[in-house]
Amino acid sequence: MKRWAIPLVILTAWFAAAGTACAGDGLPKPNIVIENKDGQCVAPPEEMRRNHMEMLKHQRDLTLREGIRGSKVSLNGCIECHAGKKTGSVIGSDDSFCQTCHAYAAVKLDCWDCHQPKAGYKATGAKPHE
Amino acid sequence: MSDNDNGRRGFLATGATMAAGLGFVAIAPGIRLIEIAQARPAGEAASSAVRWGMLIDTTKCASGCDACVSACASENGIVEQVEDPAQRSHWIRKIDLKDKQSGREHSLPMMCQHCAEPPCVDVCPTGASMKRADGIVLVDRHICIGCRYCMMACPYKARSFVHEPLTEQNPEVPRGVGCVEACTLCVHRVDRGQLPACVEACPEGALLFGDLGDPNSEISRRIAQEATTQVRADLQLNPGVRYQGI
Repeated sequence: MKRWAIPLVILTAWFAAAGTACAGDGLPKPNIVIENKDGQCVAPPEEMRRNHMEMLKHQRDLTLREGIRGSKVSLNGCIECHAGKKTGSVIGSDDSFCQTCHAYAAVKLDCWDCHQPKAGYKATGAKPHE
Repeated sequence: MSDNDNGRRGFLATGATMAAGLGFVAIAPGIRLIEIAQARPAGEAASSAVRWGMLIDTTKCASGCDACVSACASENGIVEQVEDPAQRSHWIRKIDLKDKQSGREHSLPMMCQHCAEPPCVDVCPTGASMKRADGIVLVDRHICIGCRYCMMACPYKARSFVHEPLTEQNPEVPRGVGCVEACTLCVHRVDRGQLPACVEACPEGALLFGDLGDPNSEISRRIAQEATTQVRADLQLNPGVRYQGI
């Protein structure tokens, strides 16, 4: 057997095994619950699943750099509908809307380092350093 | 690059010597609200015909008062407790000045001067430091890598770096760890036709916000008629924030 064929055989076997596992119930699925479901999202679910990051990226540049406000795509808009009742937020528990999918897809969520993930959040108005 | 840079300075010098009567300048603080209360319609970009600026009358600014600082902190969600004073965020800070010869003391708020030729924008390696069409200098945190070159470049010490993770941001004012930040002129309020929080909070009406690009705005009229100063005018940055009485 040629030298390159050995890893090929191993890989083929591994993929075959993985394929069997996928077919069963072993693979964890994201638990997507939309609790505040009044009305429609800005686009159909299929499009949102694939393109929400592109939509948000496009909108954020227009708003920040050009000052265009009132776009139908808005991160704060996402939060208002998708924050879970348990945490009041789109992150914070494994059931939280953003977190459940991003944990499943192993994609790091950077948005909430800067953006407020809680719905209807009001800043405390406290004065710092006193 | 800039539509109103050095030409303005000659204009200013003439304006300053005029030092006209104060007849129509002493308008009640509330009236200024009407003058600028024009929210841009949804979907419309900021226009370069507008240049937002501020005129700060330091003769009205009281030494012990920090109403503008508190208002800025609560409006922009700067509520985190940071132990090391050197690491705290200062979007606006009060400075007390004393002339050693005469002993004259006065106080003034210092913040991002929203330069027409901002050095922070010049040095930024990623393009995160930027000037909006209407003259507001901002940090695009989406692409800020936290290198802090802009903090070095700013002659006004106006920028801060966020060292710790934050959780209490105002939904309209995103800010977070690893990024540089500074006064945004309350861009989220200005875009809705409101005044910046500090301007609204000043009990003495010492802060005047308006459009420097409109010759009929109150701020333009006052700059044309009274002596105003740009801090470090020698650097030719053409700041949008001007002072009186320093």
